[in-house]
Parts: sequence; C-alpha cells; structure tokens
Amino acid sequence: MEVERFGSGAPMLVLLSEESALELESPFLAELAKTRELIIPQPPGFGRSERPDWVSGPDDIAYMYLDLVERLGLKNIPVLAFSLGAYIAAQMAVKDDAFISQLILAGALGVKTGGPFDRDFMDIWTSLPEKVMAWKWADPGKGRPDLSGKTDEELAIIARNTESFARYCWEPYMHDPKLKRRLHRIRVPALFVWGAQDGFVTPACGKAYAELIPGAKFTSIADAGHYPHLEQPRAFLAAVHAFTG
Amino acid sequence: MQAWYFTEMPYPHLPPMDTLSTIRVSLPVKHFDPRIGADLYNRYFDEYMIADDAGLDMMVNEHHQTATCLDVAAPLSLAILARQTSRGRLCILGNPIANRGDPIRIAEEMAMVDCISRGRLETGFVRGVPYEVFAANTNPTRTVERLWEGIDLVQKAWTSHGEPFNFEGDFTHRRAVNVWPRPYQQPHPPIWVTGSSDVDAVRRAAARGFVFATFLQPYTRVAELFGAYRGAYQLNGQPGGGGTAFMPLVYVADTESEAEAGMKELLWYMQAKTEAQYRNPPGYAPVEANVQGLKGAFAGRTDAMRSQGLEFQREQGVVMYGTPDQVAAQVKRFYDLVGGFDHLLMMMQAGFLDHQKTAANIRLFAKECYPQIRDLARTSPLAAKAAAE
Repeated sequence: MEVERFGSGAPMLVLLSEESALELESPFLAELAKTRELIIPQPPGFGRSERPDWVSGPDDIAYMYLDLVERLGLKNIPVLAFSLGAYIAAQMAVKDDAFISQLILAGALGVKTGGPFDRDFMDIWTSLPEKVMAWKWADPGKGRPDLSGKTDEELAIIARNTESFARYCWEPYMHDPKLKRRLHRIRVPALFVWGAQDGFVTPACGKAYAELIPGAKFTSIADAGHYPHLEQPRAFLAAVHAFTG
Repeated sequence: MQAWYFTEMPYPHLPPMDTLSTIRVSLPVKHFDPRIGADLYNRYFDEYMIADDAGLDMMVNEHHQTATCLDVAAPLSLAILARQTSRGRLCILGNPIANRGDPIRIAEEMAMVDCISRGRLETGFVRGVPYEVFAANTNPTRTVERLWEGIDLVQKAWTSHGEPFNFEGDFTHRRAVNVWPRPYQQPHPPIWVTGSSDVDAVRRAAARGFVFATFLQPYTRVAELFGAYRGAYQLNGQPGGGGTAFMPLVYVADTESEAEAGMKELLWYMQAKTEAQYRNPPGYAPVEANVQGLKGAFAGRTDAMRSQGLEFQREQGVVMYGTPDQVAAQVKRFYDLVGGFDHLLMMMQAGFLDHQKTAANIRLFAKECYPQIRDLARTSPLAAKAAAE
C-alpha cells in the first residue's frame, strides 16, 4: 500500500477522496502540511497501491487501514477525510475509534437515509459528464483536470482511480446499508463539513448522516460543491482549525 | 462455411436522430408504440422463418433499454424459433451471463430449447457490451470474472448427471444443483464466446474448444484475433470443435447500385447514438485503453467505423454488399485475409429496411451467394497448423 507522509507538526491521518490526483496537487494539502505531519494512505487500486481481488469495498479497506494505524503506532490523532475517504473513515471508526482524537468528514459518502426511490447520491455514472461536473463543483471549471503534459504513468493513476472507485461504490451505490446502523458506536468528537452547493450529495443528506453520530457537528462552506477543501481551502481550513483547536 | 441470418430487431420509428442524444439506455419508452412493436416482432420472426426455409442458420442476441434491439430476452426468441422452424441451427450469441447473474436458470433455458429443437442449439455466452452494465447494474470492473465463473457453472451443471452438487463461487452460490432437463446434444450444445480486443479471452476460448466470434471489426484486427485463437488451439492440442465466426452487415441484390442502396439502409445500425458515459463505464475497458482515452486516442469500434465512408467499410470487410458474385468474392477475400473462418454471421436487416427487401436479401443470398462460399474449408486443426506456419 502506498502511504505518503509529509509536513511537520503533530500527525494527522488524511483519507483523500476519489479525486486524489487533484487533491495531491492542491494548495490545500500544502497549506495543511505547514502545521501538521500528514499521513496519507492510498486505497487499494488508487495511486500506486495494489488492488487484491478480495477487496470489494470500504469495509475491507477500513480493516486494512486499521492494520496500518496499528503498524505505525498512531495514537490519539485527528482523522480528516473526504468523500470516499470519509466513507472509509466512518467504516474504520465504527470498528475502532480508540486511536482517533477528532473525526472530520467532508462530503462523506457511505450512508443513505432516503428510501429506495430517493436519490441520496446523484447517479454520476449514467449522467453526461458536464452534468456531473455541475453537481460536484460550484465552479465546474475547477473540476476539469488539466491532462496536458501528464505522463502515461500519471494518466494510468487517474484511470486506476476511476476504475477502483466504481469497484467499491457501484452497488450498493455510494453506500453500505449496514453502516448507518453502526454509526452510534462512534464516540469521538465529529465534525461534518459540506459544500453548500454540493449537488451530488446535498447538505440535507449530510445533516441526516451527522445526526446518526452522537454529538456530531455540521457546518457548511459557501460557494463550494462536493470538494469544499479544493474550492474554498481557506474557509475549509478555518473550519478545521476551529474544531481541532 | 456456415451462414447465419441475424437481425437485432430494431425499433427505428423514432424522432429524427439529430434531435436525440442517445437511443440507448435512457431513451424514454414513450417513443415505443406497442402496436408498431407488435407488428415488428411478428415480422422479424417471419423473416427468421424465411431464412430457415432458404437454408440459412439463425442467430439471435439480446440488449436492454435500447431502440436498437427489441429482443430483450433472447431465450424467448429461441423458444419461438425452436418450435416454428424445423431445419436451421439456432445460435444465441449470446446469453449475457455476467449481467443476468443466474447461470443455473440459463443452463435450464438452454437445455429446454435444445430439447424442443431436437439438438439445433448453439449456446453463446457474452460479457455484454459496455452500455449493458447500466440496465443490469453489474459492476463493470468484474464482468470478465462473472462471465467465466458463469460458464464454468453452466458446463458443470450440464455435464453432471449423478449426485446434485453445491457451488460457492465469487458471484453465485447455489445448493443441490441438479438441472432438469439434460441438453439434447451430449455432452452439451457447442459453446460460443465473443471478443473484440482481449487476446487472453481469445486464447481462453480456444483452450476450452469454444467457437470464437467477433463482430464488425476490420480485417486486420480479425486476423490478429483469429490468429491468436488458432495459436492457442494448437498449443492446447484441442482435438476439434471450436471454430471462428465473423459478423459483417450483408446486403445482396441483383445490381450493385440496388445493393448499395440496401446497405445504406442497414447502416442505420452504425449511426445509432449513445451518450458518452454509456460507452465507457468505469473499469469496463482496461487501464491502458483508458490512458489512450484520456489522451483522446481511443474510440469505440463503431465510432471509428462510422466516421469513414461506405467504400472504406467495404474494404475493411465490415460491410459486404453487391451482386451475389461480388459478395461471394468479398467473403472469400475476407476469408483469405484472416486465415480462414467457419461462420459468417450476417446482419441482413437493420433500421428501416422493410420486409420485402429483407426477404429478398435473404433469398438471393441463399440461392446465389451461399453455394459459392459454402465449401470454403473449415479451419480444422490441420488448416490451423498451416495458417500458423
């Protein structure tokens, strides 16, 4: 498994979203690394991590990450997680939250509170790419990756990430029906951060998710879609710092 | 050479194509008029019966949520043909076993049709084209594994005549498997699989003695695929069976200009629109192909083909049209270019091509063209050895 470690300060576990190729190049992570040592594992099939056949979703990945936390001897650290990463973080925390000081979940996937005909997550795989961009980004221009000048290896990472996201989230779509029944087990302070214009998973879905974790707080970021940390890094970092102290 | 009649049973009575963004997956069914649909279904089966009378074999397939194909349950079509025809062989190409997710039910359906038709069935299994994963909601990253696990289970079910067995695979769990009836053909009907690029799958098909079929591909690609098939066939010392199949669009008429007009009607199929996200679901194509896609270099086979003119498509072997002599010459040329093949799968009806023209196409091909190509040697192991050398 590929694990990136950089930055200086107290350690923080960062679980990136399905857009990790964008995130790794973002000013957001660079800014965060000024005050924190960031530990960033890449899920199986993302980045350069291998993807064994038996890994079928965030539930499996959560166990792999818990092993990693144990191996690295991480204790009492904050976990900051985005979208798919937040889905994995929630799957970890319901199994074992003893190593977590604070849990910050942004645009978290993983929980569906609506009924069978409700669209908690817009269907990104049957929709025109432009429409998906408009759901995910307050400013869709920000989501368009600049592929010019990328090497084949970098493009292969983007292609692997896209494929692996589908491997894990195709069905059940973007959620695990069991997870919402287990969220009460999370006892650490938790903060949900949501882009006010997230059209992929609406803030209302985020609030319903937050209500399933005892004492969890919810805050939204203006002028941001599904990736508020990329669209409004300053406002996002301010919200994180306010929470972690 | 065996020649097979095929139509995908299109529903072409749509608003103008340029007003639609897709006719697959998400075209609302309000555009389907059941009365027109009823006429079409009955007409298409009449045409299969004409093909049977004319001495052709018959192939059916299925697709879902698309105006290009009203045959949404190919085993039902097979069942009708098993009773209504009496002579030709019946090929289903194929059962989308990865998408249907119930291999045992498929084993039962095929065994039943094989008995009703008194052993005229050829059973194909397909991974399914990319846009099919949406209607089935199959994880696109796992369809190859699902396909082969399903085939293994069906073969085992067909050939187990004693104690029931249990199966716990990655995708299917079944207990006390004991399929009634047995297939009429023993040990089971010939198995076909399809492919368009994955050479590993081709080799796997050859090693198992399955027929390998590919559709609407340029001859250079077909030569590669069939070459890989024959190579693997020899390597595994297969005793026989198997074979190769190719599908072009085919239109035969008394004059070349008449044939060209007919072919232009068939090309409706190539112009059917599909929105981008349906053509390449995540994980369906391998990472390397998607890297090419990100560089803007990858396009689906129909995209590549339809952007070219009719002459180019004819040169590539994707369309074959003309007088019976001309089409026979095109088949023979293609046969030579790809190192021989065994089955000519002919899409002879598509789009608005009407009953009269379809029937004429079938009858003229069977009468004037088929006799000229029927005796082309099958690619037996001996011929395969020669081709490989």
